[in-house]
Amino acid sequence: MAGKTLYDKLWDAHLVKQQEDGSALLYIDLQLLHEVTSPQAFEGLRLAGRQPWRLSGNLATPDHNVPTTAKEREIGVEGIEDPVSKIQVKTLDDNCDEFGITEFKMKDLRQGIVHVVGPEQGATLPGMTVVCGDSHTSTHGAFGALAHGIGTSEVEHVLATQCLIAKKMKNMLVRVDGQLQPGVTAKDVVLAIIGKIGTAGGTGYAVEFGGEAIRSLSIEGRMTVCNMAIEAGARAGMVAVDDNTIEYVKGRPFAPQGDDWDKAVAAWSDLHSDDDAEFDVTVILNGSEIKPQVTWGTSPEMVLPVDATVPDPSQEADPTKKQGIERALEYMGLEANQAIESIQLDRVFIGSCTNSRIEDLREAAAVVKGHTVASTLKQALVVPGSGLVKTQAEAEGLDKIFIEAGLEWREPGCSMCLAMNADKLGQGEHCASTSNRNFEGRQGFGGRTHLVSPAMAAAAAIAGHFVDVREFNGYNG
Amino acid sequence: MQKFEQHNGIVAPLDRANVDTDMIIPKQFLKSIKRSGFGPNLFDELRYLDEGQPDQDCSGRPLNTEFVLNQDRYQGCSILLARENFGCGSSREHAPWALDDFGFRVVIAPSYAEIFYNNCFKNGLLPIVLSETEVDELFAGVEATEGYQLQIDLHKQQVVTPGGKTFSFEVDEFRKHCLLNGLDDIGLTLQHADAINAYEAKRSQEAPWLFSSFK
Repeated sequence: MAGKTLYDKLWDAHLVKQQEDGSALLYIDLQLLHEVTSPQAFEGLRLAGRQPWRLSGNLATPDHNVPTTAKEREIGVEGIEDPVSKIQVKTLDDNCDEFGITEFKMKDLRQGIVHVVGPEQGATLPGMTVVCGDSHTSTHGAFGALAHGIGTSEVEHVLATQCLIAKKMKNMLVRVDGQLQPGVTAKDVVLAIIGKIGTAGGTGYAVEFGGEAIRSLSIEGRMTVCNMAIEAGARAGMVAVDDNTIEYVKGRPFAPQGDDWDKAVAAWSDLHSDDDAEFDVTVILNGSEIKPQVTWGTSPEMVLPVDATVPDPSQEADPTKKQGIERALEYMGLEANQAIESIQLDRVFIGSCTNSRIEDLREAAAVVKGHTVASTLKQALVVPGSGLVKTQAEAEGLDKIFIEAGLEWREPGCSMCLAMNADKLGQGEHCASTSNRNFEGRQGFGGRTHLVSPAMAAAAAIAGHFVDVREFNGYNG
Repeated sequence: MQKFEQHNGIVAPLDRANVDTDMIIPKQFLKSIKRSGFGPNLFDELRYLDEGQPDQDCSGRPLNTEFVLNQDRYQGCSILLARENFGCGSSREHAPWALDDFGFRVVIAPSYAEIFYNNCFKNGLLPIVLSETEVDELFAGVEATEGYQLQIDLHKQQVVTPGGKTFSFEVDEFRKHCLLNGLDDIGLTLQHADAINAYEAKRSQEAPWLFSSFK
């Protein structure tokens, strides 16, 4: 019999009951909650007269709606100017208070984007099942965990039962061999993967990312890769546990301690696919060939290396794809065969659950240091992923580097990734964004998003258009 | 949850691939703390020419007359015909809530994003997968015939065209059972409370760190 994949092991360890009809009850170790996808779930509990099954299996923080200006943040939730957003954040506070769920509220230094907060606190641990009413929950797979997004009905189901009705997915291995070039980051790797397999390439699969290039990424880099598994259609992405994973988790507030720590580390040593494990599909990329990536269209699969030119629909034989390219070019206001580097930018956004951790901010700061944001830019925002990331960045002086270069230094939240707060694009504006989705209207009505790494966004902020960060003046990799 | 057994309705064709949930219901409407009222903002950016706001009366907004839901021939539609990877992107259940609130009971497409597909079943909305060839044939039929209707039978797992042609579709047994009977799956899971308790008892011995509190 073939060995098990990491996903097989995680599935088996959490199987409560296998039903004859193929569905299964899967135990959930951790549910993360935020204000947008939870109010209807709590309301469902109340209407049915149910209580949460296990309070300690849940952790909450508001992130999507929260304002990012210091002024609006001073007094916490009461200071939110948008009355509809305020109600939603207050509803999360009230629900967590009523049911007794631990929440990092707006004034708590630990507040931030759920997918930054979970790992930062050691709430996310190797070997766990983690769910959240947010598709970027795949982020937590970087710890050798099974983590994926769910809908609000499922949020309610997990609250009430600590289980999910699930069906086993298939196994895919995405192996990135070789070493990355200097200036090429985790973000470029995952964009290149999405470009290769497409936005639905991973549908139905749990994807394990492996290979030398993935192994050499930091844990935060692995989070960036797993975060965007969903943009390739895969609900769950994951990376095997190694010494770096354990080192990253050690000493975090909710990480096990003492004897428990030793037991946990011993258990975690098995969180990798067996040598003889069989995957349903294996995809291989050569990491040394990956260049800095930029999306030009309205789907994450519409991505190219920075030195490429925008596609020409007349060269596309498939009619659906051709129509897709034409529509994307029209929406994005781009010409066929236009050089990516010639795209002029209006705004830059550095943040989101993909790229708002301390390493991302260091990467961006290293590029902008000593430079000034292009005068043609309307705005360049840096939004740290949590209060603790912000504090750490300030301790390192990164805030000053950004501010001196002309970027705005903000309070933590999802911000311009999806523009549920006041941070958004105007109609027709082009944005170099370190977020995860370039869908029509995602960052604001009529806004035009180009997904890039923090280093590429920083270089674009200085130049006013896309440039290859590997050749950027003053950047040392 | 509302039951789904059979349905007969007008088909509206949405001829584009990779329709994402941001497109189905844009983010500004996600600020609602309710499950209902999303219908007027379904496909908001495609349907209207201006930028929609939460709690706005949509009756006076300028319409994009070319958009399928604004065309006379598709008024009263309840079946959405779509292309591959429908519902990709965000996990927001507001997407099926908006489709349902607008009046859709069925979506037909060659493929779906998984979270959206799953969310549909929780809301009495049936997402049917047909082959690309079959979906092409339906698009052609809808274009050729005004008032084109389909009959959907979940018991038989069949789509029947006005000409009497039948297409079969697959659906997971458990989901079919829940949809046919309008079952609340939390209630079903709680019938296995003993199994969940037994799992927790065993697991908390093996891995006690998974059961510590966040206090």
